[in-house]
Amino acid sequence: MKDTDIKRLFYAHLFCVFSIILTTFIPSLFLEEFSVLETHLTWLCICSICVTILNVALYLLVKPNPSSKRSSISHKISRVLKSCVYFSISCLLYHAIIVLYGAPLIELMLETFLFAVILSTFTTLPCLCLLGPNIKAWLRVFTKNGATSIWDNSLQITTVSSVIGAWLGAFPIPLDWERPWQVWPISCTLGATCGYVAGLLISPVWIYRNRKQLTYKSR
Amino acid sequence: MLKALVLLFLAWVCFLFYAGIALFTSGFLLTRLELTNHSICQELPGKGPLVGGGRGEPGACWTAPRFSRAVIVLIDALRFDFVQPWPGGLPAPQPFLGRLGSIQRLLEAQPQHARLYRFLADPPTTTMQRLKALTTGSLPTFIDAGSNFASYAIQEDNLIAQLNNTGKRVVFMGDDTWKGLFPGAFSEAFFFPSFNVKDLHTVDNGILEHLYPTMDRDNWDLLIAHFLGVDHCGHKHGPHHPEMAKKLNQMDQMLQTLVERLENDTLLVVAGDHGMTETGDHGGDSKLEVMAALFLYSPLPLFPRAPLKDPEAVPQVNLVPTLALLLGLPIPFGNIGEVMVDLFSGEGDTQPLATALAQASAYHLNAQQVSRFLHAYSLAAQDLPPEELQRLQNLFSSASSEYERLLDQLKTEEVREADIQALISQLRLFLRGARTACTETWAQFRPARMIGGTVLLASTCLLCLVTSGLASSPDFPFHCLLLKSVAWGLAGSALLAGGLMAGGSGLEPALLSAGAAATSLVAFLWNLKSRGRPPMAIILPGPLPILVLLFLRSAALFSDSFILAEARAAPFLLRSLSLFLVAQLHWEGRLLGGWPTAPCLSSPTVSMARREGPRALGLLVGLLLCVRLSSLFLRCPEETPVCQSSPWLAPLAAMDGGQAKNLWYGACLGALGVLVLSVRFWLRRCGNLNSPAPPVLFVRWGLPLMALGTAAHWALASGSDEAPPRLQALVSGAVVGLPRAVLGLAALGLGLLLWQPVTVLVKTGASSSNPIVVPFVGPPASQADLDYVVPQIYRRMQDALRGKLAGGGSQTPMALAAYGLGSVYSAAVVTALALLAFPLLLLHTERISLAFLILFLQSFLLLQLLATAIGNPAGSSGPFSVPWLAISAWALTATQTFYSTGHQPVFPAIHWNAAFVGFPEGHGSSPLLPAVLVGANTFASHLLFSVAQ
Repeated sequence: MKDTDIKRLFYAHLFCVFSIILTTFIPSLFLEEFSVLETHLTWLCICSICVTILNVALYLLVKPNPSSKRSSISHKISRVLKSCVYFSISCLLYHAIIVLYGAPLIELMLETFLFAVILSTFTTLPCLCLLGPNIKAWLRVFTKNGATSIWDNSLQITTVSSVIGAWLGAFPIPLDWERPWQVWPISCTLGATCGYVAGLLISPVWIYRNRKQLTYKSR
Repeated sequence: MLKALVLLFLAWVCFLFYAGIALFTSGFLLTRLELTNHSICQELPGKGPLVGGGRGEPGACWTAPRFSRAVIVLIDALRFDFVQPWPGGLPAPQPFLGRLGSIQRLLEAQPQHARLYRFLADPPTTTMQRLKALTTGSLPTFIDAGSNFASYAIQEDNLIAQLNNTGKRVVFMGDDTWKGLFPGAFSEAFFFPSFNVKDLHTVDNGILEHLYPTMDRDNWDLLIAHFLGVDHCGHKHGPHHPEMAKKLNQMDQMLQTLVERLENDTLLVVAGDHGMTETGDHGGDSKLEVMAALFLYSPLPLFPRAPLKDPEAVPQVNLVPTLALLLGLPIPFGNIGEVMVDLFSGEGDTQPLATALAQASAYHLNAQQVSRFLHAYSLAAQDLPPEELQRLQNLFSSASSEYERLLDQLKTEEVREADIQALISQLRLFLRGARTACTETWAQFRPARMIGGTVLLASTCLLCLVTSGLASSPDFPFHCLLLKSVAWGLAGSALLAGGLMAGGSGLEPALLSAGAAATSLVAFLWNLKSRGRPPMAIILPGPLPILVLLFLRSAALFSDSFILAEARAAPFLLRSLSLFLVAQLHWEGRLLGGWPTAPCLSSPTVSMARREGPRALGLLVGLLLCVRLSSLFLRCPEETPVCQSSPWLAPLAAMDGGQAKNLWYGACLGALGVLVLSVRFWLRRCGNLNSPAPPVLFVRWGLPLMALGTAAHWALASGSDEAPPRLQALVSGAVVGLPRAVLGLAALGLGLLLWQPVTVLVKTGASSSNPIVVPFVGPPASQADLDYVVPQIYRRMQDALRGKLAGGGSQTPMALAAYGLGSVYSAAVVTALALLAFPLLLLHTERISLAFLILFLQSFLLLQLLATAIGNPAGSSGPFSVPWLAISAWALTATQTFYSTGHQPVFPAIHWNAAFVGFPEGHGSSPLLPAVLVGANTFASHLLFSVAQ
């Protein structure tokens, strides 16, 4: 049971990684003058949309938490609507936090907002898919003994690693190397993406290595 | 005994730090040997004949004088673009553009008589260093930069000394810096005080009063007028203020009148000693500071060639040999400048050959002098690289023999002009090479010492990190470790001294102390290691992320870019730290109220959560907001071109508009009021304002009084120029008196506080012994932790009470009530902080008070957050240990506030104005007091925060 779960997790994550890698190549076939650095905002949008679609599709395919008691249509619609609202709130919150961290307030507002969107895609969206629009569950997952399945563990790892990646991405900005990727917010978005990818790859390995220690209490 | 040992240990650690710093600075701060040799009029700098040599003529030394007299008008901080011709008819977009119309007219009407140059000053661009360079022709180094406030007499050979030696009379008027540089060198002098940068007119009006009468008299050979108004206007208002236009118009008027009175044998030199930045400061090496203006004018035609379209750039030292030769003086011995060749032409006739010969002769003299100087210098000091010297000497001797060959050829046959031009370019190559070599040597660091010092400092930091965990245990063997390492250190320094003596080089205190420090450090660590391996948890205090953060912080200091960006990096790390804190709280399940980045406030769990959750979140958001707001007060480092300094750093006096000025003044008053009221409110809430003790009374009445004094001083300082003349005396009295009064009050308050730090009202019945421990004997701890002393004190009081009750059963139960126990420690600290804040506020410009308010708020929020995070160890007893988390957060905050009160760690960003608060008349000769004031201004945030620790 557990090993098959880990395998499913691993393949799902591999899909995500490949989709992110593909977003850097595929659009140049359709769009002229596309490159990750120069038309960064386009890439951000494409990447965010791809990851969203893939996450939702994987969630529908894999169904990691099949435990919804009510499954009426109206319930489902309200869940989807709630998720959308939560996602946009999280984008705004990320934007506010980024500005509080020292991003310019008025200039480059679109860039900052897209950075917030991609961070939300990497962190809030998996939460929404796996846990539903249920803040209580989110809060539970992000405590020391709060994980109740390997999916929760992988959620912890990917979320934290994307945030740390974005944080580390801010470090090259003051350096005087004059590279195109040092421009705000490219290094941060790239950092977040790398962090997310690293989290996706690390979490199955970590879970596999610690599978003996991981015992989950039932909810 | 233990206390003394701990103190000794701390002293030893301090010694380690100082030794490391001393070693580093001995390799980093540049020094230059000053030669006291002088050039002599009758003695040429080298062998060789002269062309058109005027030896033997009266008043001539190495060459015949071209001018018998000169007028040097030095306009302090005359930037090049102040003088740059402005196309007529167009309105100037800046108040400083196109104001000096007289220069422009002369340049257009008489291109053979007048010439404008870009005058490149060498850093440091402070007035005294520039004056030294302008008279000696050498490069004042870093070390001189510090002695600006008590200018020392120039020992080296210089133009003024040469004039004196040849019996010429020098009349000076203006900046009294010259009095210190050239004591007794002037036949007539009118000195005016230079130090008060707020005073725009005293010096200039004084000069104007004496300038024209002196010009009309005949008792001078060199007239120097050093105007300070432009520089002071830059310091006070900045170059973009309308006042600058007025000042430059005044200078224009003066120049106009001066040119009209100029006689035919007189050369006029108008020069700026340095430029100024966009904010009117100077001292650094940015382009605007370095680019001064030089204007030369002679009533007779002077320049053989037409001017270039774009004015030529000449280094500042080049004026020295040029002036010396034009006036028929020997070039000062230590000069490394190069003659400005445009000014030398054949006597009377304008034939190209004669001109070229005159120029070659001037160049040759100059080269001989520089070669002689290099020779003398290399004998006295070894710091010039010998290969480079050899190369330069070869260059010089080949050029010299070529020169002699040409002169011989001249006697018999015609000489081609091209040959002379080739010779000139060879000589020029030599002169420039010599100057470059000197610049490189006197700007040369000693990397080995710098690395040694850095290593020593880093290992001392490591030592502190290691011992901070170990030393908190009471049985830490201080004495044997300390004694052994000190003994080792002494032995090491003795050994090093012996080695140095044997090696024949002198003893250097920096080296010796570094040796002692290094050996004692190694001995200490060795002993520590041999005592057995302590567990890793003790060696590495604090959680890993904090250590990573600390490491990042210190590693960033080694990167040039990160030092430039420190103003942004320190708050970034601070924010990360506080966010990490809250996230960790949540991770440990102690913050059920919310996950900081999720929309939690609407969730129903809040009602079930502990009270701390939302509170910590609120504190976090407040803290982040404060940090973000305080970044509004940043000043830009000068190297970043796109960065805009905050306009709020300028004093209110620099603003024109009445309405905006009043609004700002109101806001500053509001900040002051909020500061005072919040301190009072906090103390009242904690119950510390009940006792009739003097400190309490002082807090109740003294603080508002101080606030009032500060407000009044600001009002006067920002509007003193607009006061009606009747009140001028009163205003100037108040400008002196008010800051002193505030300072006195603060000192009084601090004294009272030290005398009686406990602001607790204890009502005991008949009890004579006060059971409360007096603060400040415990281990130093941060304010947050101090709050947790209180339960213990309560307990101790209860014990004492119980003991008394048990002991004397017959006594009536005592009525014991203590107010303000909840904050015995913090009340004293808060009061001390508020007292310190006022004098520091006075030292800054008005609008920084808003930053100070944010600072207080922010530190309050941070402490609350830390207190929440660390939790309440009420059950634990024993000495407190301050977590590394708190300390690093606190240090980061101190750094951040350093920047957010408008400072930058570079020379021109030092707020020199602070030296005049309360002392508008200047300080006399003692440089100590202004240094203290400026220092207090610069390190205000560090002061406040270390006191708060």
